[in-house]
Amino acid sequence: MQLRDKTMIMDETAMGRALTRIAHEIIERNKGVEKVAVVGIRRRGGPLAKRLAARIEEIEGVEVPVGILDITLYRDDLTTLASQPVVHRTEVNFNINGLIIVLVDDVLYTGRTVRAALDALIDLGRPKAIQLAVLVDRGHRELPIKADFIGRNVPTSRQEEIAVRVKEIDSKDEVVIQEIVDT
Amino acid sequence: MGFEQKKDLLGLRELSREDIELILNIALPMKDVIKRDIKKVPTLRGKALATVFYEPSTRTRTSFEIAGKYLSADTVNLTVSTSSVLKGESLRDTIKTIEVMGFDLLVMRHSMSGAPHYVARNTDMRIINAGDGANEHPTQALLDIFSIREKKGSLEDLKIAIVGDILHSRVARSNIYGLSKFGCEIRVVGPSTLMPPEIEKLGVKRYYSLDEALDGVDVINVLRIQRERQQIGLFPSLDEYANLYMISPEHLLRARDDVLVLHPGPLNRGIEISSQIADSNVAVINEQITNGVAVRMALLFLMMGGARDEIAN
Repeated sequence: MQLRDKTMIMDETAMGRALTRIAHEIIERNKGVEKVAVVGIRRRGGPLAKRLAARIEEIEGVEVPVGILDITLYRDDLTTLASQPVVHRTEVNFNINGLIIVLVDDVLYTGRTVRAALDALIDLGRPKAIQLAVLVDRGHRELPIKADFIGRNVPTSRQEEIAVRVKEIDSKDEVVIQEIVDT
Repeated sequence: MGFEQKKDLLGLRELSREDIELILNIALPMKDVIKRDIKKVPTLRGKALATVFYEPSTRTRTSFEIAGKYLSADTVNLTVSTSSVLKGESLRDTIKTIEVMGFDLLVMRHSMSGAPHYVARNTDMRIINAGDGANEHPTQALLDIFSIREKKGSLEDLKIAIVGDILHSRVARSNIYGLSKFGCEIRVVGPSTLMPPEIEKLGVKRYYSLDEALDGVDVINVLRIQRERQQIGLFPSLDEYANLYMISPEHLLRARDDVLVLHPGPLNRGIEISSQIADSNVAVINEQITNGVAVRMALLFLMMGGARDEIAN
């Protein structure tokens, strides 16, 4: 399956503004960030979580713990994949008991990744609450999951893909809609 | 063909460097799981594995069992000495019986070299060789290589000495097959009666003097003297063996300052390794056992998940 970029829906500036707004919303919703930690879902949730934490620190002057969650071992589609995906390390080096965890991912689609992430988090401890922040919500949920903080709602068809690119991995910041190319 | 497309793990001889690196890389997050409060992930829920050991084993078998359980697979150990094997059942019939009970994977140890290969050809279950005669013990070598890489950072250009009964040692053979894919200098040392002829053909250097073999080495892998295989008198006495080949503080002076000592266990203290060394911080013997669980978890994950004939999306 080959994909071609169709429409750019967020550039670097728009992504930056969305993350800044989400940072403000996280602070407002939780009345500060005393008990808040940010955990990104591998792979692009990781850099986004770090940026959110940096913004929260700029605004509130409080350093919030940041972690990265690898959800491979919790996926519900392992028995249907031809070969096993590579497992990476989960790096949550703080006790999550009693914290409000803001889970961060780039795109919210079927909700299955978030379902796996919830299980993975709860195996690490018992947070006081878990909230969900995503840069793009593209719809088509298959599970009863919804985001607390959304950068942009983007109606899509299932034939399209959303590619979030971040500087840390893709050397640029942008969000594009891609379409499948017949070859 | 990558490791995931292979049905079985019979030895390190047929694995590529990339295959081995894949397994070791996945063992890293698995080790994190072992260290958590909740040492269980749901990954292999609904899968079943059996261990069948035709030779005694405690740690390898327990290691596979707990590795399966940490990944939520159902794990059953078949004890051969109390089973229908004693009633005369053939290996093939035993395996068929296990297969039709619905197991996905079988971990097998046998005193005959090649027994797991024979079984693998005659069953749809995936087979992991947990030691076959003097041929291979791939998971032990994988955990050795994982332990070395973890402590040394890289395997490139390391000098590694394997000491003891090379002739009977499947651990030595699997280590040689595995490590030689990473550009290590491998030395083997032991009594001439316990040294296989033409061992150099595996790309190793042969020594008879322990001090010469240990000169400047980064890693010493000490083999267990297999007393159960020594009835035919390949060396005069255990005392003489200990005099010539036991790893003790004096011998360690020849090696690099940051030398690492490995031993697959169980230890014969005072025969192949002195207690001083076994209990010192150059030895990573206990850590090897933890790493063994992690490496086996990685293998079970790679071999038991996944559909056989579907294309990844």
